[in-house]
Amino acid sequence: MTLILPIEQIEEKDRPKVGGKAFALASLWKAGFNVPAAICVTSDAYDRYVSSTGIRERILMEIHRKAFEDMRWEEMWDASLRIRNMFLTTPMPGPLKDALGDNIAKCFGEKPSAVRSSSPGEDSKKASFAGLHDSYVNVRTRDAIMEHVIKVWASLWSDAALLYRRELGLDPEKSTMAVVIQEMVLGDRAGVAFCRSPVDPSQAVIESVYGLNQGLVDGTVEPDRWLLERASGKILSHTQPKRDLWVVPAKEGATLENLPSPMAMHAPLKEGEVYAVYRLAMDAEKYFESPQDVEWTFFKEILYLLQSRPITTEKGDEPGDDRSWYLSLTRSFDNLKALRRKIEEKLIPAMIDEASLLEAENLDDFSLHELISEMERRSRVHQKWVEIYWRDFIPFAHGARLFGQIYNDAVHPSDPHEFMSLLAATEMESLKRNRLLEELAQDVREKSELRKLLETGDFENVDPPFLTRLDRFVSNYGQLICPDPSLNACRIHMCGILLRMAAAKTTARAQRDIAGLTDSFLFRFEGKKREDAAEMLDLARASYRLRDDDNIYLGRIESALDQAVALAEMRLSADSAAAKDQGSYEGRIAVVKKKVYVPHSTVNETTTDDHFDFRQRQLTGQPAGPGLVEGPARIVSNVLDLAEFQAGEILVCDAVDPSMTFVVPLSGGIVERRGGMLIHGAIIAREYGLPCVTGVPDATTLIQTGNRITVDGYLGIVIIGTDTT
Amino acid sequence: MNNRAGLILELTHLLKSQRLCVLSTHNTGQPYASLVSFAATPDLMQLLFATTRSTRKFANLTSDFRAAMLVDNRSNEEGDIHSAMAVTATGVVGEVSGTERDEALTLYLEKHPYLKDFVHSPSCAFLKLSVRTYFLVRRFQNVVEIHMPL
Repeated sequence: MTLILPIEQIEEKDRPKVGGKAFALASLWKAGFNVPAAICVTSDAYDRYVSSTGIRERILMEIHRKAFEDMRWEEMWDASLRIRNMFLTTPMPGPLKDALGDNIAKCFGEKPSAVRSSSPGEDSKKASFAGLHDSYVNVRTRDAIMEHVIKVWASLWSDAALLYRRELGLDPEKSTMAVVIQEMVLGDRAGVAFCRSPVDPSQAVIESVYGLNQGLVDGTVEPDRWLLERASGKILSHTQPKRDLWVVPAKEGATLENLPSPMAMHAPLKEGEVYAVYRLAMDAEKYFESPQDVEWTFFKEILYLLQSRPITTEKGDEPGDDRSWYLSLTRSFDNLKALRRKIEEKLIPAMIDEASLLEAENLDDFSLHELISEMERRSRVHQKWVEIYWRDFIPFAHGARLFGQIYNDAVHPSDPHEFMSLLAATEMESLKRNRLLEELAQDVREKSELRKLLETGDFENVDPPFLTRLDRFVSNYGQLICPDPSLNACRIHMCGILLRMAAAKTTARAQRDIAGLTDSFLFRFEGKKREDAAEMLDLARASYRLRDDDNIYLGRIESALDQAVALAEMRLSADSAAAKDQGSYEGRIAVVKKKVYVPHSTVNETTTDDHFDFRQRQLTGQPAGPGLVEGPARIVSNVLDLAEFQAGEILVCDAVDPSMTFVVPLSGGIVERRGGMLIHGAIIAREYGLPCVTGVPDATTLIQTGNRITVDGYLGIVIIGTDTT
Repeated sequence: MNNRAGLILELTHLLKSQRLCVLSTHNTGQPYASLVSFAATPDLMQLLFATTRSTRKFANLTSDFRAAMLVDNRSNEEGDIHSAMAVTATGVVGEVSGTERDEALTLYLEKHPYLKDFVHSPSCAFLKLSVRTYFLVRRFQNVVEIHMPL
């Protein structure tokens, strides 16, 4: 077992254990290219680490928890976060640590290093994992390098890498990782060169930035870009960017800063230097006998080759190769900040305005013809917001995810989802609403006279201040939960919930020491990094809050559409004068109803057949809210089911939507088909400290209302007992 | 659960591929477990096995015919935790006799030809577990009950 190999000692036979990147560097070094000194921590070291610590099997248990095809991407992300935390919280066993540490200290001492992934199997002509596994720059000291080696190992199991590996048909059980530790060349200019342009095969492309390459690779610094004639190296065009940022070495790692203005006046490369980079890339192509994607840097006018890999088949040639999509799963901090501004300043206010305008319209004033047209208009409005939801709101959820990774990297908590406690520092729309509802329920609980009046629907004798509060609540939120939009019907509907809340001991929101956790997180950083961490936390809180609020606002628009559809159907059946247009109106209503999203299960099989009787006894999902509870299940598919909801029941649904959160304080736990820690149901469950399991395939068909079920929110298991009905 | 035909295939394959299973009996409340060679009938309704009449398990079954059998495909590797499948069959045990005995014996000996002398010995009882329910466990924690027609 060879744990470490200096690049000068790497031979062809070592390729399976050093990976493509290390092997390419070794080849270039031997061929006389100017590459920085490096060593490779082989995949043997990775294998020893995961075997001796038991992590290997823990990973496999995570990714085999459910069939891969049943896992949503959000569940993959959660699994990936848990796996990453296993690495971060599991130190290297002593003998391995000593063997690696001694070699690393001998080779690098206090010199800055780059720690890069080199997974065997990556960077072939057909598949490139570039960007999917982690690399770190400017790492100093033996212990820091070792810590970053573990982080690179963990990146083998990122959600993007897992999904991409699945697309390529690679077996995750055979995945392994080597790591290149390379002497860091703190260049003043850096870039990439493509020997052959993905767009025009007769051209080569060179991109360059000031400072370190990291800003170019992760997309935060826009590069100068040259197109060259591939055959001659003649410059065909030069595109100049705004040139305002650069990435420079910090005490540890690198930092993004404003580019000093004298430098911003000039392109990072002179014409002769562009040609020198072109020659370097073409020499690499000649050596490897295939077009290369080369990373390089200039340090004191000397050109270094940092790494070289084959250009993968151009996009479009290989069906299904969509690495760029997987890379897009990770959003940069700056990208998220821009998205936040757009959402908070523009989209949410516009969404609220749109919902309020729809709610203010009195549909009773419309003729049947006008009502049908209005229903279609509402359908278009709804469709527009659904598209915006997917385009802008869903990606913004990455804010909470990015923070989760930063928190875990800094804190190494035993619970990989501890970071979510910090996100709940601001009140979400649904919790505000539930608080108002609880205040009303408290009045009913304390005043028996009031309770009797509500039970008999005698609103005329209800204390006016209470009635005003109730009506205000109904007017603000009633449409989300009441199938009949009239005030009286909504009052009755809401009173049913209020009376049950008053009779039961509802769940109060969980209390946590958020300030203490926040301080403990922030004090792990110093100076500018602490400011960045605080800003990241603020963005993550906005992201977390929005995952709830956007559902509420979209729910209001959807409910305005539902009302128009329901009223149109009712009027059509009652209006005999409309008989001549009956077919046309019915068709138009059907078209609109088809467009409204109705959650449905993927399987509609019955659970009995002629021979065998199948009963699911124990279902595996994802742990989304810690706790253990047993109680009768209540399948909730629509608002009518909510009216039946009793205190202590377990809410079982396809996906928790805004109307369902009314009954969450009454419920004992939540089971949801849709999976993920950052979905609406999981967020609300954590807020109330309720046991919650998400990602349970076919939950609403395998569990029946009245089944006695146990929700194990620690392990993500639902056990189905016997009927209580 | 979304592919019941697939589950039956998996169960059939498991029962065919494994030669031995653990038989659980009890004697006045004291549980007892034994390793036995078994074979499943094609309709999965019965699990056949043999034992001598002087054994503890036979005595236990004589006093209470309720029993359970555990069949699994573990390989004694770490990966069994996520990849192994196990099924527990519960039901009642009785001797195979009459017209069904010849057919059942053929089936049993096709799988265990080396037990020919053993099962034909007068001291051996050829038994069947009439399965009421299979409890199939996959992926460490996923449990499906398959109830057999009475």
